Order: sequence, then C-alpha cells, then structure tokens
Amino acid sequence: MSTKREELFADVDLSQEKLLNRLFHGLLAAASLFGLVMLALLLLDVLWESSQALLTFDIDIGQFLTGTSSSRAEQAGFGASILASIWLMVLTAVLAFFIAVGCAIYLVEYAPRNRVTRLIEANLANLAGVPSIVYGLLVLALIVNDAGLGSVILAGAIALALLIVPIIIVASIESIRAVPSSVRDGSYAMGATKWQTIRKVVLPQAMPGILTGTILALARAIGETAPLIMVGTLLHATRYPMGPLSDFSAMPTQIYNWTYQADRMFNGLAALGIVVLLVALIALYVLAGYLRRRYETEGGTISNV
Amino acid sequence: MSSDTPDGRTVDESTDDPLIQTEIDAEPSPSRDAERTETIVRTKDLSVYYGDDRALDDVTFEIPENRVTAMIGPSGCGKSTFLRSINRMNDRIDAARVEGDLYFHGKNVYDDDVDPVALRRKIGQVFQAPNPFPKSIYDNVAYGLRVQGTDEDVDLDDAVERALRGAALWDEVSDQLDESGLDLSGGQQQRLCIARAIATDPEVILMDEPTSALDPVAASKIEDLIDELVDEYTVIIVTHNMQQAARISDKTAVFLTGGELVEFDDTATIFEDPTDPRVEDYITGKFG
Ligand SMILES: Nc1ncnc2c1ncn2[C@@H]1O[C@H](COP(=O)(O)OP(=O)(O)OP(=O)(O)O)[C@@H](O)[C@H]1O
Ligand SMILES: [Mg+2]
Repeated sequence: MSTKREELFADVDLSQEKLLNRLFHGLLAAASLFGLVMLALLLLDVLWESSQALLTFDIDIGQFLTGTSSSRAEQAGFGASILASIWLMVLTAVLAFFIAVGCAIYLVEYAPRNRVTRLIEANLANLAGVPSIVYGLLVLALIVNDAGLGSVILAGAIALALLIVPIIIVASIESIRAVPSSVRDGSYAMGATKWQTIRKVVLPQAMPGILTGTILALARAIGETAPLIMVGTLLHATRYPMGPLSDFSAMPTQIYNWTYQADRMFNGLAALGIVVLLVALIALYVLAGYLRRRYETEGGTISNV
Repeated sequence: MSSDTPDGRTVDESTDDPLIQTEIDAEPSPSRDAERTETIVRTKDLSVYYGDDRALDDVTFEIPENRVTAMIGPSGCGKSTFLRSINRMNDRIDAARVEGDLYFHGKNVYDDDVDPVALRRKIGQVFQAPNPFPKSIYDNVAYGLRVQGTDEDVDLDDAVERALRGAALWDEVSDQLDESGLDLSGGQQQRLCIARAIATDPEVILMDEPTSALDPVAASKIEDLIDELVDEYTVIIVTHNMQQAARISDKTAVFLTGGELVEFDDTATIFEDPTDPRVEDYITGKFG
C-alpha cells in the first residue's frame, strides 16, 4: 500500500521546474529589495549628514526653521524657503485642481466618443512624462519674459501647475469613470439633468480619488527643482515672500544653491533642508493615505497615480 | 393585442384548470374595480435596435392607468429594453435606436419637443439591482424633490417620511435617517429606491425585476406595496416570476425571443386560457 503510494508520482520529475521556480523567486525578491535598500541608504545618508552638521556647526534649529537665508552660513535659515514652498503649493493646487478636474469631467462626461477624444486621452499619460524643465522653459518664455510677470512665485506656480495638471487629469478620469453607471442611471431616472447628476452624484463619489491624486501630484511638485530654476529664483532667500508676486527661492532650489557654496557649513544646512523637505513629502503621503482609507469603505473608488 | 377585452373577468377560486392548480399555484389577483380605465401608455409599431440587432419587434399595445401591468418572457426578449424606452433611458445608450411611436397621455414621447428630463419627472423607475446613492437615507429620498426644484414648495421632512411610509420602510429606518443608504440590507435598499421613486409623485412607476435579488419575505413586502401603489400610480413591472405576475398584475404582456409581443391580455386570461400556444408553453416552463 505504502509503496504503491510512493510510486504513484514517481514518474513525475519536478526537480528542474522547482529549481527554476526558486531561481526566479530569488531574482524577483532581489530586484524588489534593491529599491528598498537604495531608499534606506539614501535616508541613512541624509540623516547621517544632517546629524553631523548639527554636531559640527552650532546650528539653532528654531532659527534654521524660521530665519531667512543669508550669504553668511552662520546666519542662514530655511524659513523663507519653507514659506515660499507653502505659497507655491497653495497656488499650484488651486491653479491645477480646477483646470484638471474640469478637463476630466469634460473628457468623461461630455466629449464625443471619437478619435480625437481618444487621442487626447492617450496622450495625457505622455504629457505627464514630459521633462519638467520643459514646462519651466515655457513659463520663462511666455510668462516671465513675454508677459513681463518676472521671476515671482506665481510664475513658479504656473510652471508646477502645468507639470501636474496631466497627472491630476489622469487620476480624475479614473475616479470619475469608476462611479458605477447604475448610480448615474438612478439619477437620470429621477429626472435629474446631466449637470445635476455630475454635481450631486458623480463628483461626490469621485472626489476622494480626485483629492488623493491631487495630493500625490503636489508631492511630486514640491520637490521639483528644474522648472523653478528656469523661472528664476533667488540665490539666497533673504526675504520672506509676502504674496504671489514676491521673488523667492523654494525649498528644493535653496537646498540646491546651498550645496555648491564654498563654506562647508552650507552643505550641512542643505542636509538639514533635505530632512525638512522629506518630512513635508511624508506628510503629504500620509494625508493621501488617510484620505484613501477614510473613503475606501464608503463605496468611493480611489485610484492610484 | 386586444386591450379592448372587457375587464370584467371573473376568477373562480375553485378553477379546475390543472395549469393553475399544480404548475403555477397562483392566487388570482384580486379583481380591481371592473370599470375600464384610461390608457396611459400606448405604443405603435415600436421597434428598438442596438446597432443592427433588433431587440423589440413592432410592439403595439396599450397600458391602462392605475393598474399593474406585468411584462414576462424569457431572458433577452427585450423587457428591460421596452421599459427603458418608456422613460427614454435608452437615450443613454449610444447604440440604441428607437423606431415607431410611444405615446404617454397621447403625446409621442419621441417627438422633438419632448425633453427626456421632463418625461422622467413624470415616469419614475426602480431598477433590477438596488442602486441607492452613496448618501444618507434622507438625502436619497429627498434627491428627486431637490433636483426637480420642488423641495422649497413642500415640507421636505414630511415628504421624506411619507415616501418612506409608502415604501413600507419608515418603521425600520426612522431613527437612522442620517446614515448611509448603502448600509441597509438589499431588500431595504430596494424599498429605499422605491421610496426615492415615489417621493416625487410620478404618474407611472417602472419596475425592472424589483424583487429578483430579494428573499421571499422582502419580496412579498414589495408585492404588497405594489398592490397599494396602484391606487395612485400606474405600475409597469418586469418579472421572471410567474406566480408574482399572476398574483400582482391586472394585465400581462408576454414577450418572446426576438422582441416580439406575442400576447397581451388580462392576467387571468393569460394564465388560464392563453390564445397563443407558445405562451402556454412558456408559462408552464416547456419553453424559454
Ligand atoms: N446596452 C445594450 N447594448 C447592446 N445590446 C443590448 C443592450 N441592452 C440589451 N441589449 C440586447 O437587447 C436584447 C434585449 O435585452 P433586454 O435587456 O431588453 O432583455 P430582457 O428581456 O430584459 O432580459 P432579462 O430578462 O435577462 O433581463 C438582448 O439581446 C441584449 O443582448
Ligand atoms: Mg432585463
């Protein structure tokens, strides 16, 4: 009996397949670990550099977080840049959100289903992949120079908004499409008009996904350096920006400018600045994750960017 | 196709027709007042195509006001399509094309001057699968009044309560009106959708298999409800359940594959003495 059982599968030789299985399992695991390890190394490096900076130079954290930058490292702070980044994010969000959501609503609900619409939709993803410096150049030519706005926060915000509008459109289209047609039917059958259906049924249900997409897009924008450099930023943010028409240097550009100063202390300041930038990034991700979880259970569908 | 058949049918409880007794076990629906009523919906040579496929084939008949009219027939014979063509929900399907005429109170609803939004405010619909909005129970019921702009003219709380009572749901949800309609059970959701549909006081209520997803208890509640609704409304209901059609409807239309309306008559006649042999086959389960 027992021998019979042992013999039952004797003719099936799986050793080769099993080896291959294990090999690929290992390869894939290594590939995913590689990303994680690099990320961990990066974080460790930043933390190490910044702690070294804190130990080596006599840096007052409070003064660093609130002060303005200066050509003398001992007096340089990050506050003006943090404030500039907040201004940038608010303006970018306002500019990009309404344009992107309006565009997504149009494409999903109103645009005729024809080749042009399909072409536009297919190319949104490509648009999201355009190098960010291109948007910076565009704004430099059209807004900063031609329109004479100058190198101000608003110009930077326009460049960043152009950069993230396609990302938000893609996320919004997905969220709006995810609203089940049965719910739309329910609304139309009640004698609702198209706009009523969009405003009262479709948008509320799609909004969590749209907001999550917007925040993740902002998280991308907050670290963007190249377009701001194109638009033009201060070497040192020595003044607090007072509004959209102030000149500025945001967090990433100030960090960049600090890194190539001769004084070693500026490099330390840059490391600290990176920590602040990372904290802001993580805060945005947490906010997006919170929104996602909060609404996931309530029938709204959340899309990823 | 004779809606002219006098309505004075008599249904003998002790009928010895084996069909009724053994195979369907239908309780004859209580005969509503025998006097004839007005026609509220009338079709003439109505055909509906999806692309090149014909889903309804030259359907001509008249649906009486303040009565329950049942549509039965095998899957895919065009019952839902017919229902959707009454309130022009077919307009939402790009491929759908309607030919022929459909009159509501004598007005062809496919005339250019008829706005489907206005039409749907007079003809409510309950869908096969409950589809409450992801809003509170209160907001679900108030939705129609709000979009139709009549929420200012009426006491909204009052209207919501009346609709929920009408849908036999009030007692179960009166203390949780602020909670999401999605948190209700399937049967409660379906009654919520009925409440939503009657809140705006339409003239006709279209129901597409409203009990197919429900257990027998919830289903019988909705059947009782339909029985009450016809005092004020005209109910047109699609069902796959023969007993249900026999129990609750006054008139029955039998569609067969290909979108053909093969017989339309008093429900008792359809179930006891159908003219077309195919109808008898379908009802007794030999076909479809
Ligand atoms: N949106 C659509 N696009 C294309 N064809 C459709 C569409 N809806 C229905 N049809 C077709 O029209 C025919 C009738 O469909 P319909 O949904 O009206 O049938 P039904 O009688 O309601 O069936 P069931 O009892 O299964 O609900 C079917 O052949 C179906 O494939
Ligand atoms: Mg159907």
